[in-house]
Amino acid sequence: MTIARAAAIVLAKELRLEFRSRELLTTTLVFVLTVIVLFSFSFDPTSEESRKIGPGLLWMAFLFAGSLMLNPSFAREQANDTLCALRLAPVELFAILLGKMLANLAFLLLTELLLLPVFAVLYNVALLPVLGRLALVLLLGTLGLAVTGTAFSAISAQARMRELLLPLLLLPVLTPVLIASVECTAGLLAEPPELRMNWLHVLIAFDVIFLAASYLLCDTLLEE
Amino acid sequence: MNSSGKTNWAATLGVALLIGIAGYAALFVAPEERTMRAIQRIFYFHVPSAWTAFTAFFVVFISNIAYLVRREMKWDWIGVSAAEVGLAFCTVVLVTGPIWAKPVWGIWWTWDARLTSTFVLWLMYVSYLLLRMLLPDAEKRARICAAFGIFAFLDVPLVYFSIWLWRTQHPQPVIGGGGTLDPTMRWVLLTCWAALLGVMILLVRQRYELEKMRQDAEELVHAVEARAHP
Repeated sequence: MTIARAAAIVLAKELRLEFRSRELLTTTLVFVLTVIVLFSFSFDPTSEESRKIGPGLLWMAFLFAGSLMLNPSFAREQANDTLCALRLAPVELFAILLGKMLANLAFLLLTELLLLPVFAVLYNVALLPVLGRLALVLLLGTLGLAVTGTAFSAISAQARMRELLLPLLLLPVLTPVLIASVECTAGLLAEPPELRMNWLHVLIAFDVIFLAASYLLCDTLLEE
Repeated sequence: MNSSGKTNWAATLGVALLIGIAGYAALFVAPEERTMRAIQRIFYFHVPSAWTAFTAFFVVFISNIAYLVRREMKWDWIGVSAAEVGLAFCTVVLVTGPIWAKPVWGIWWTWDARLTSTFVLWLMYVSYLLLRMLLPDAEKRARICAAFGIFAFLDVPLVYFSIWLWRTQHPQPVIGGGGTLDPTMRWVLLTCWAALLGVMILLVRQRYELEKMRQDAEELVHAVEARAHP
């Protein structure tokens, strides 16, 4: 079985699991919504201010959501020791990690998709004219978050206090993703909107480096 | 006293002597900087500490890889020792920086590229040590921490580059540096670095021995427990 096929099976399993309960998506959605509302108290949400602070706010909310949402990815497998069963499958170990990364990417993108209109309305920013380019930025930024977050969730799942640990491990490492995504989004919200290519390159570099590192280290991460 | 104890003594004495020379050179030999006066002398402690911290973090990275390749516990012990010592030096950098900045820039801290990156670096190695603390099983701890250490180290260039790019786009009050260094100043700086590297090696060695003893103690406890509850 090829890696792609095995990863697709893991992805399907993750999606099925989530859409049966919808626990993860609902809680994350409500969490990000709460954060977005609470953020409005920390500054004056006029149109001008929102354009300045909005991109940072949005990405901070996504990053916090990711660092909470990605925890169950591996922690969930521990209750019945199902990771052991997955590991016994005659496929490359990276397929398991990749399947989970793709599932997390899908969950995060879905959350973002549902929240963007709410954000645009509440903070009075026009996202429609730049939607295509914004989608690209969201995809690349969220990919970095999903790849690193899934790999680190395999790390934190084996430790004590894992819910607290994951954000501590993840957020400093995600500094480049945060800066680059915020800069790209700010560029798109500026007048006139522009796609800041050098920041897009930072995002691509981060995604490639961490995907490659996860591939090389995945035996170590999933070892029992 | 056995022979390793003797070499330890000799090494400690050597480093102490080097520290004395470096301290004397930094305070009395190096010429006084024209505008900053005496406060500039903290630079002989600040900059070599940063270099030493980077050296230590590089040692962490190498020992992380070596552990995953060889699977020998000694590489894990070197890793944790170098991480702790590196973090100590990094803390020195973050503390001496503001002490210098307050009289010279008029502010304790600014979100300048170099300051911010060093802070993020510090945070990453704090979380590395936290992760160790929260993994009880020795073999698992070594393996998982090695993986995280490699991820963190690979991130360092990206962090530096992105913060640098970010800060050059937003103009900031220009920070000193650049220009050429007086030859005496450079000589003193390198002596200070040699002294701090000596301190680093001594500390890492001590910490390594401690980690080894901890491991032995842990194994003994397990053995006793196994006897008590067969």
